[in-house]
Amino acid sequence: MIHGIGIVFLITSAITVAGALAAALLKNLIHCVLCLSITLAGLALLYLQLDAQFAGFAQILVYIGAVAILVVFAILLTRGAGIPEYRNVSSSWLVSLVIAAAIFALLTWAVIRSFPATAAGAAPGATVQSIGSALMSTYVLPLEIVAVLLTVALIGAVIVAMPESGAAGKSIEKGGAQ
Amino acid sequence: MTPLAGFLIVAALVFAIGLAIALTRRNAILVLVGIELMLNAANLNLIAFWRFSPHAANSLTGMMFAIFSIAVAAAEAAVGLGLVIAYHRHTKTTDLDAMTRMRG
Repeated sequence: MIHGIGIVFLITSAITVAGALAAALLKNLIHCVLCLSITLAGLALLYLQLDAQFAGFAQILVYIGAVAILVVFAILLTRGAGIPEYRNVSSSWLVSLVIAAAIFALLTWAVIRSFPATAAGAAPGATVQSIGSALMSTYVLPLEIVAVLLTVALIGAVIVAMPESGAAGKSIEKGGAQ
Repeated sequence: MTPLAGFLIVAALVFAIGLAIALTRRNAILVLVGIELMLNAANLNLIAFWRFSPHAANSLTGMMFAIFSIAVAAAEAAVGLGLVIAYHRHTKTTDLDAMTRMRG
């Protein structure tokens, strides 16, 4: 049950926001991604506080286990990419910061003004069993669509990132002929 | 401030930081990191609204929305990083200020 804003929520949200801020401010790209994974872990803890156990553990598995590692690999593969150390923010950074701050102020103003429903109800029974049976009955069509989307996206990502077979084959043939 | 407002403000803060990263950093991979942060803020909103809705006890809709959103975000990250690596193979840069043409 969630009765009010507790100390656990404050600590977790502080960790989350601090990780995001560090990812925004640090210079080293690997450090940025490590701080990003701290933020993702903090978000998973927030999901657990909201009684969404399955989403919390799926967040840890998918984001920290797969996406953060994928980003680290991409940074290492594109290392030394010719970005000068002395200027790693874009030329329009001031306008961008003003836009981001304005959007945050607008969202916070809307949230505070709207007086959302106060008390949380009983803890929802979102067990893994109920989620699985719902995925196989009510949500079976979205599940299949997401399965097709993931397959297409991953095959497409591999094809995009693969070296062009024509050029690679020609260079191999040239190398063999010489 | 109610608990729901607390979660929504944290989500708004993470969204704003992600937007700032996506708009200010020059590295294309860090722009993808900012987009991931914005998607995660949206997920936190979805799960918070699901938890505090009066029908949470016998409904899984918001939870399902968040789970499908996580799956789509994973696909987006894979395609985005593949594009950045392909661009880097052609031009040897991931600097967004230098990315002015996409033709190989």
